[in-house]
Amino acid sequence: MSEETKKLSIICFSGDFDKAVAAFTLATGAAAVNYEVHVFFTFWGLNILKKKPGRTFVGKGFMARMFNFLMGGPKNLPLSRLNFAGISPKLMTGMMKKRNVATLEELVFAAKELKVNLIACEMAMHILGVKKEDLIEEVMEVIGVPTFLEKSKDGQVIFIS
Amino acid sequence: MATHTIDITKEHCPMTFVKVKLALAKIARGDLLDVLLTEGEPLTNVPRSAEEQGQKVREVRKEGEFYHVLIERT
Repeated sequence: MSEETKKLSIICFSGDFDKAVAAFTLATGAAAVNYEVHVFFTFWGLNILKKKPGRTFVGKGFMARMFNFLMGGPKNLPLSRLNFAGISPKLMTGMMKKRNVATLEELVFAAKELKVNLIACEMAMHILGVKKEDLIEEVMEVIGVPTFLEKSKDGQVIFIS
Repeated sequence: MATHTIDITKEHCPMTFVKVKLALAKIARGDLLDVLLTEGEPLTNVPRSAEEQGQKVREVRKEGEFYHVLIERT
């Protein structure tokens, strides 16, 4: 791997708040030091990218709509430990602000500024009945495994579960 | 040749690098960016990553408890 083609690909499977922060911290940090960065969101990770921040009935069919309502959007991401019915992510965001560490919202904004490639999994979206227009505009593409492999070729790959 | 300033003394990883990178992208070629930062991680990595990006580190100067890193956008 040469200096010119430093590349980091992150598969964000998790929709947990703390893991989303980890994914975006790695993504923005790498992009800031000149890596080409791809973040592939699949399954629960798609919740991070939903346009509607709260709980809404997105999708087609009763089950998909229920699933999407229960999972919610970026404002409902649970903490992977000590969630306390959703209070902890809010407390954590407060602590992050107080300690001057970038919040998830700020990291997503920085990722956009740094041209991090946010990509969504076609198959997971199909299961959950989520369409591209249900996701934030920063999502560049909806792709499958072969395209992801092509994009991540010759770089480092990290799976966040 | 203008000199721009940025204070990242209150920032933490990754925003230290992120803010410097975005600030460098906004200034004209040949302009200078005077980065005020703390020792440790920012002092080690801001000049190094700037050079890796092909920018020129003109000066690293200690001032009180902070450091000035002067970067020329090439």
